[in-house]
Amino acid sequence: MTLRIEIDNLAKYFGEIKAVDGVSFSVKKGEVLGFLGPNGAGKSTTMKMVTGFLTPTRGTVRVCGHDVLTDPIAVKANLGYLPEGAPAYADMTPDGFLRFIADIRGLAGAEKTRAVAIAAERAQIKHVMFQPIETLSKGYKRRVGLAQAILHNPPVLILDEPTDGLDPNQKHEVRTLINEMAHDKAIIISTHILEEVHALCHRNVVIAKGQVQFDGTPHELEAMSRYHNAVCVSVVNVDDDSLAAFLWALPFVDHIEALSGDRGFRVYPEQGKQITAELSQAIRDNNWQVASLHAEHGRLDEVFRTITMGKS
Amino acid sequence: MNMNNIWFIMKRELSGYFATPVAYVFIISFLLLTGFSTFFVGNFFERGEADLYPFFSIHPWIYVLLIPAISMRLWSEERKSGSIELLMTLPISVLEAVLGKFLAAWAFTGLALFLNFPLWITVNYLGSPDNGIIVAGFLGSLLMAGGFLAIGACISASTKNQVIAFVLSLIVSLIFVLSGYGIVLDFFSSWAPATLVDAVSSFSFLTHFDAISKGVIDMRDIFYFASVIAVWLFANAIVVNARKAD
Repeated sequence: MTLRIEIDNLAKYFGEIKAVDGVSFSVKKGEVLGFLGPNGAGKSTTMKMVTGFLTPTRGTVRVCGHDVLTDPIAVKANLGYLPEGAPAYADMTPDGFLRFIADIRGLAGAEKTRAVAIAAERAQIKHVMFQPIETLSKGYKRRVGLAQAILHNPPVLILDEPTDGLDPNQKHEVRTLINEMAHDKAIIISTHILEEVHALCHRNVVIAKGQVQFDGTPHELEAMSRYHNAVCVSVVNVDDDSLAAFLWALPFVDHIEALSGDRGFRVYPEQGKQITAELSQAIRDNNWQVASLHAEHGRLDEVFRTITMGKS
Repeated sequence: MNMNNIWFIMKRELSGYFATPVAYVFIISFLLLTGFSTFFVGNFFERGEADLYPFFSIHPWIYVLLIPAISMRLWSEERKSGSIELLMTLPISVLEAVLGKFLAAWAFTGLALFLNFPLWITVNYLGSPDNGIIVAGFLGSLLMAGGFLAIGACISASTKNQVIAFVLSLIVSLIFVLSGYGIVLDFFSSWAPATLVDAVSSFSFLTHFDAISKGVIDMRDIFYFASVIAVWLFANAIVVNARKAD
């Protein structure tokens, strides 16, 4: 597995403000890295440094082995970049715009026509290719930006909020597209839409206040939740008090809490273990009838809040 | 330096002019202004000379007014819309982008200038002018336009606001013209040493253009305009680098 993006101790200060302060991580081929964090956490600033738009205060970025400071042109040639807000030349048509990008990317003749057609097909903008970009809806503008980024089939993609402002169908299409491309590229996508963590990402880096707060798989991220592997259970023919007493007495249960507005309890396991099987067995051994039983994976919004607001 | 990149950027920029009415408004205003001032301010007919001196001598003043209208959008629009982030993360150098944009604006101005050719035909129809002088005048005018454009491009890169870019470019351009204008020089010569007066006037577009428009092609005048263009474009690249992300 080759490292496509290597970010080491990257920092950017704007005067006194430390927008990014010592960020390090790397991305391999075939990996989609979800870059999470609240607004103003330094996501976009980090991406701007990776793509060579901003010069870092300190630290290094290497893309496909090229250093962004010493060889910015090689870095940019290996990158496809969708900047935040998907800026484009408003008075051009997507066709003219993509042809211009193809020119700059060194594509010519039949190769250029083919690249533009494929990118338009993948980003699903074929039927708006000859309308001025300024007349397109937000969703289409975003997809024009996406087509621009994938036009030259780059080994590395940096997408800053690729699904922001899209409707649920469009989001689904963009996610499908990213998943299709994932196997032979290294992709960084920034987002604050937590459902994308599962839909898209193989790994997550969470940053807040300019620093990396978490780096791991979506599963590991969920495991940080206090709800991780907790089981919600309710039983038909037993009153809540007896059930509570029974649950407290089980050896693998750490503690329980009543479900709000509903019968039943949320059962927290000892040391985050999976207890669904044992719990349902224990209830059936008592000849009780389970009304509902389901395990929680963890709540990303709660983890996100804990990580980015500082640990309590 | 990749010539292809400069060409692609120039091509895109030029097509942008014609995608909006900007190009047509500019060309028509330019032709009306040059035509009007040649006949009414420059007294083209009354002079009774078969040359285009009245036409060329008004060019610096027309450029002061109109060139900032072309140059103002070169960079400030990119910065305002955010497309500069796209442009500057494509595999091109800043200098290639600067040159491509400048050449597009210059080619466009050249086109507007060339569309004055009916005047050339007129003067050849009415008399027998020295066409060498007229060619020199057109080339000199084009060089001078390049100087104004380079100033405007650099100033455009320093702001996101096109109106500010326009006004500042107009003022700086005016300073470069006025420093060779009689009244201003008289003001200096009343108290300043002659060397200072010469220094001030040697920085003026007027001083260098006047000779060319009379058909005197002095390498020093050409070198002057070439250096003005080079210095301002170099500054343009520095400003773009420093301010692109603001």
